[in-house]
Amino acid sequence: MRKSFLAMTMVATLSLGLFTGCGSAPQEGASTEAQEQTAAVVVEKAEEPVATAAKPANEKLVVGFAQIGQESGWRDGETNDIQWYAAQHTDTIDLVFADAQQKQENQIKAIRNFIDMGVDVIAFPPVVETGWEAVLTECKEAGIPVILVDRGVDQSCADLYATQISSDMVWEGQQAADIVGDLLGGKGKVVELEGTVGASAANGRKEGFDGELKSKYPDIEIVASQTGDFTRALGKEVMESFLKSYDDIDAVFAHNDDMALGAIEAIKEAGKKPGVDIKVVGCDGVKGAFEAMVAGEMNGTVECNPCLAGQIFDAAAKLKAGESVDKWIVSNDGVFTQKDAEAELPNRTY
Amino acid sequence: MSMKKLTQKMEFKPFVVLLVIIFLCGIISGGDFFKITIVDGHFYGRLIDILRNGSRYAILAVGMTMALGTGGTDISVGSIMAISGAIACSIVDERILQALGGNVFLAVLLALLAGAVCGAWNGFMVAKLKVQPMVATMILLTAGRGIAQLIADGKIVTITNDAYYSISGGYFLGLPVPAFIALIVIVLFLILTRSTAFGMQVEAIGVNQASARLAGIKVERNLWIIYILCGITAALAGIIESAGIKGADCNNCGLMIELDGILAVAIGGTALSGGRFSIISSVIGALIVQTISTTIYAFGVAPELTRVAKAVIVIIVCLIQSKPFMDRVKSLMPKTAKVEAQEVHA
Repeated sequence: MRKSFLAMTMVATLSLGLFTGCGSAPQEGASTEAQEQTAAVVVEKAEEPVATAAKPANEKLVVGFAQIGQESGWRDGETNDIQWYAAQHTDTIDLVFADAQQKQENQIKAIRNFIDMGVDVIAFPPVVETGWEAVLTECKEAGIPVILVDRGVDQSCADLYATQISSDMVWEGQQAADIVGDLLGGKGKVVELEGTVGASAANGRKEGFDGELKSKYPDIEIVASQTGDFTRALGKEVMESFLKSYDDIDAVFAHNDDMALGAIEAIKEAGKKPGVDIKVVGCDGVKGAFEAMVAGEMNGTVECNPCLAGQIFDAAAKLKAGESVDKWIVSNDGVFTQKDAEAELPNRTY
Repeated sequence: MSMKKLTQKMEFKPFVVLLVIIFLCGIISGGDFFKITIVDGHFYGRLIDILRNGSRYAILAVGMTMALGTGGTDISVGSIMAISGAIACSIVDERILQALGGNVFLAVLLALLAGAVCGAWNGFMVAKLKVQPMVATMILLTAGRGIAQLIADGKIVTITNDAYYSISGGYFLGLPVPAFIALIVIVLFLILTRSTAFGMQVEAIGVNQASARLAGIKVERNLWIIYILCGITAALAGIIESAGIKGADCNNCGLMIELDGILAVAIGGTALSGGRFSIISSVIGALIVQTISTTIYAFGVAPELTRVAKAVIVIIVCLIQSKPFMDRVKSLMPKTAKVEAQEVHA
């Protein structure tokens, strides 16, 4: 009785999740309907790989993409971009898309399906860093190059994949430091809201930010730094505390925009003007950050671009043609400040 | 009331612990911890932060106390928080139920109702199907966050409504609104448990369900009510949390908060095995939990060490609460120098 109930609930939730997965519409507006259809077809294909496999001499570039699933607006942005790009290039690209529902074993299963189907290139964002040796070796033995997207794998697998397309977190931290340095005219006191302890994004951004400030803006001092776990609620709570410990903070740098948005609320409660009395700079480039910039409450953000489709398919085409690609392809991230915010806001998809 | 009677009260020890933590913080920080100023017509300071941020723990702990009092537990509260936040924010932002026109009052009401429904589901599993409470509520713990994601369409719903924000960020008589909400909840629950037979029935169920049933207590009905109440308090905490950050963050809202809630109740002295419970003790426990976080931020503990620091403080608090440990300390007192004993205390 208990078990069957548990199972039923889980099946119900999972299938609900799957349906929304198929139906989530990209926000570009135009050609949405066509995209949705492609998306749905593509997902079906992934579930029945044998029947619809593109086996015969196919001139098209066949790419198998094993997405992690729906975990955040950012991830949705990435999915939408890939499906949109493939839909725009149906004459040259054949995308086989699978949704792994946040589970490594599903991702591995999808990758094995891709191998059976004989796709040209396999691309996926590894949901965790470890445990990929076996399946990546299978890919290598099948002669299918692998592109890692937006996340990395354990160093022991370094020669099992062709390339990794992801952001340079250190560079993002440095860009944020430059924004802060500009805003403060090279002098002032800064507090830092760190991401989850040990997360690669937090480590990289901190290294870049702290290093850049030290070398380029020696008169800017980081007076306090504490983790806000990448969440809005903790970003706010930690900022509340910073504001009470130091009453002369000139700027706050948050390792993601959500913490920055939380910090904005804390600054308001302290009776100060965010964006004016205390400058606010974040990372990621989420829509909310652009809205805050338009409202004058935030000063800048360094984008962590989820729109990687162009780079993924370019690399895939090169790999299919037997050309060599860089081991690490850095994604095209943008830097935005208040003056670009209004123009950029409508383009934000996540 | 004599001194002895006072020290034997369940609320005494947690209250002393809370005072000791706050006073130690005050001394170490050179008084900064106690500093309260007036900003924009309201009080502003760390103690006010504790009051506001601790309110959601307090509200949560009130509901949790009831569930734990029956010998059960509810580990789905964090997910219920996410659901209620997602519903309230989505309505206020007119993403769902546009007919309501973003009415804040109705949004809050429906979010609370959703909490009651979640609680009823838990109650159904525990009371009717006799599933063990930890397992029964684990279903919503995992599935609930998914439901919240569905409601919010997998995104963080950001809102700009000032009326909704004032649920967390507003002030009344210069004090944060959540503190008053918590006060109302506490008073209501005190009336419910102390002025009616309900409280005694909860304890009876916690001590021994079978004998409670034989004594004529409607165990099933009471369990339903308790889990529904627990769901409503969780929903209320979720509303306050989402109001504070002007958005519903389904991935993180109330993540792992069930453990903080249980910790608050345990620090308050209510046994997790059920039986005698005290709502006031749990509320003090909730304030202790919040004070620990606030303290850690106030003293700028390195990010890598915050969890360790929290754990150490919790261990010390639990040791002070532990009767065998304190008896041992007392038995050592006359033999060793007093200074040493004081060190153990600190």
